[in-house]
Amino acid sequence: MSTADHDSELDSDLAATVAPTATSYTARRLERPETEWQRVSPRYIVVDMISTLITGVIVTVGSLIPFWLGWEQGWMLGAGFAALFLIVLAVTPRRVRSIGYLLREDDLLFRRGIMFQRFVAVPYGRMQLVDISRGPIARAFGLGELKFVTAAASSGVLIPGLPLDTAEELRDHLVAVAETRRAGL
Amino acid sequence: MSEHEPVAPVPPAGTSTVTDLADGEWHRLHPATPLFRGGLAFIAIIGVIIVNLRDRILELWFGYDDINTGPGDLEADAIDFLVREELIIVALLAALGVLLLLIAGFYFSWRMHTFRITGEAVEVRSGILFRTNRKGRLDRIQGINVGRPFVPRLFGAAKLEISVAGNDANVQLAYLRSRDADALRRDILLLASGARRDTAASPGAPSATGIGGMLDERVGELLAPELDVELTEPKSIVHMSPGRLIGSTFLSETFIILVIMLAAIVVSAVVSGELFLLFAMLPGVIGIGGFLVARITRSLRYSIASTPDGVRVGFGLLSTTNETLPPGRIHSVRVSQPLLWRPFGWWQIAVNRASRSSQSGAAGQQQTTILPVGSLDDVRAVLGLLLPEAASPERQALLEQGLLGTGPGEGGEFRVSPPRARVLRWFSRRRNGFALSPEAVLLRTGAIWRGLVVVPFPRMQSVSVHQGPLLRALRLASVHAHTVAGPISPTLGALDVTDAGRFFDDVAASALRAAQADTSPRWRAGAVDAAPSASAASTTAESETATDPAEPA
Repeated sequence: MSTADHDSELDSDLAATVAPTATSYTARRLERPETEWQRVSPRYIVVDMISTLITGVIVTVGSLIPFWLGWEQGWMLGAGFAALFLIVLAVTPRRVRSIGYLLREDDLLFRRGIMFQRFVAVPYGRMQLVDISRGPIARAFGLGELKFVTAAASSGVLIPGLPLDTAEELRDHLVAVAETRRAGL
Repeated sequence: MSEHEPVAPVPPAGTSTVTDLADGEWHRLHPATPLFRGGLAFIAIIGVIIVNLRDRILELWFGYDDINTGPGDLEADAIDFLVREELIIVALLAALGVLLLLIAGFYFSWRMHTFRITGEAVEVRSGILFRTNRKGRLDRIQGINVGRPFVPRLFGAAKLEISVAGNDANVQLAYLRSRDADALRRDILLLASGARRDTAASPGAPSATGIGGMLDERVGELLAPELDVELTEPKSIVHMSPGRLIGSTFLSETFIILVIMLAAIVVSAVVSGELFLLFAMLPGVIGIGGFLVARITRSLRYSIASTPDGVRVGFGLLSTTNETLPPGRIHSVRVSQPLLWRPFGWWQIAVNRASRSSQSGAAGQQQTTILPVGSLDDVRAVLGLLLPEAASPERQALLEQGLLGTGPGEGGEFRVSPPRARVLRWFSRRRNGFALSPEAVLLRTGAIWRGLVVVPFPRMQSVSVHQGPLLRALRLASVHAHTVAGPISPTLGALDVTDAGRFFDDVAASALRAAQADTSPRWRAGAVDAAPSASAASTTAESETATDPAEPA
């Protein structure tokens, strides 16, 4: 099993979109020499936007209750929340495209975030279990999320937006390589 | 004594253990177990009832009539009612029935509570109606704790708690005979280590006969040092002086808060003239005061020593606990120094472990505080025990630089924050840094509250590097080494972005290399021929890296 199995579904030019362009920008940012990141499915953008939209509508409507109850300036609260969620919606595509993982020789590299960047390296041997879960919206789009659990709660490797067959392949691959590289706690 | 005699070699077949409790058969616990586990409270309740009813009983037997009972006395009313309705016999029978039922329940719960120790696991079965069966794998043992709460200790009983990785995943053998508990701990550690010792030093205890002998034994056990001399080679390497312990408690943040609270109460009570304020704050003051007193009494007989099967840490004056941590069970170590301890050069050591024990440790805290207070020499000695590789003599200079130093150090071992990080690290810019030794990563923080976190590579789970907008504007980043959950969170902020990237790469590579070479799950398997029964116990496939003798964990 190799890493090449996983990019079948994935848009290869997505990798280029997050590659930094301006040099001054690069020096400030955390960057990695690796370029061949596996990206999550573009369909996950839609999934993420829908769930953001649902939460946003509920919260905005909820925050408008004081306005309907007669508080004159209450509309500002709703408008504020609406603006906040619109901004989140606007950056969702970029945020989703920033999520990436890379199966290296002995460890899994995971990245996410544009504004708040995070890179994690987890040795395969540290795996305690792999979890695939699917929410209702993600399931409608044929996606699932894969969680790589170690003994440390803070490892936090959660890869969302994987097509189901990719997720299952990845899970089987991770279990197989973890078995050959098993380490203690 | 038998340990001085040449011991006849035990045939390799069968486990050569000290007690017969670890022979793979089912055993029962100490017969007085039900008493210790709630039976005493039950007897006390009966005693209270009898005392309260004494007047009534006297009246009933001797026909006194002049006892006046208040109209609102519910208990007396109930008894009056029973006497009036001539139900006294029925009531007594019912009470007797309940009593018998409870005694039978205690007896059967003792009968049904059994344990066995095999080459691969410790297993406990308990419960009458709802059976529970708990099994802890020996290669996952994180520590074995012998606890002696005060009352069981008077009766010569002890509790053996086997910590297995996980939250509250411990296997408890409560209660055993005190002597058995110590010996059984050694047997379990022996089985767990994967080694097979051909000699089994018998405890050589002449069994006491008669009540006098039993009393002698009890007194001897009460006065005996917490570390069983027979089972411990060297003495405790740290001497806890009462003066230092009390001084450190008075200079702790908790005590300062207590003093401030007291002052605030007194001042406000005097100013306002409302004395009830004194009483309103009393529970809080008593709580904190009790915590401080408990901290002192528990730590008074602190001891830490090295044994072939790991570090042994003992605490407690009246109720004692005594825990053995096998090698490689310490996931990270933090040495810290509160501000007020600095003039005296005192330090404190805490650890992260994979198991959470229900018993509290040194200072009434969880058993994560390994050294409540100690000098720099004590810190060196304890670190040497906890992390034999990462705190070996040739690493002492590096550790010292981590504890006391500022700046990069003579050889530039520590990478510290760049000058532009001064905005975020006002005083500690030159202390805030990391160093990598071949065995561990060292994170040094704080100029005012000095701290050093050491994470050994074989225990590190993963590593990450973060950057938010603020850090990005300053061309900085923060790094995290992930270990099992605990009081220590090994993170370091405000590092140069390229340093952080290098840290990430180096640590990831070192952690991989260390994990492959780690043998601590069966820590003696490499030294002696691996016990066949122990290796056969591994249910999962053997590690495919042929050089790795460690059992997959």
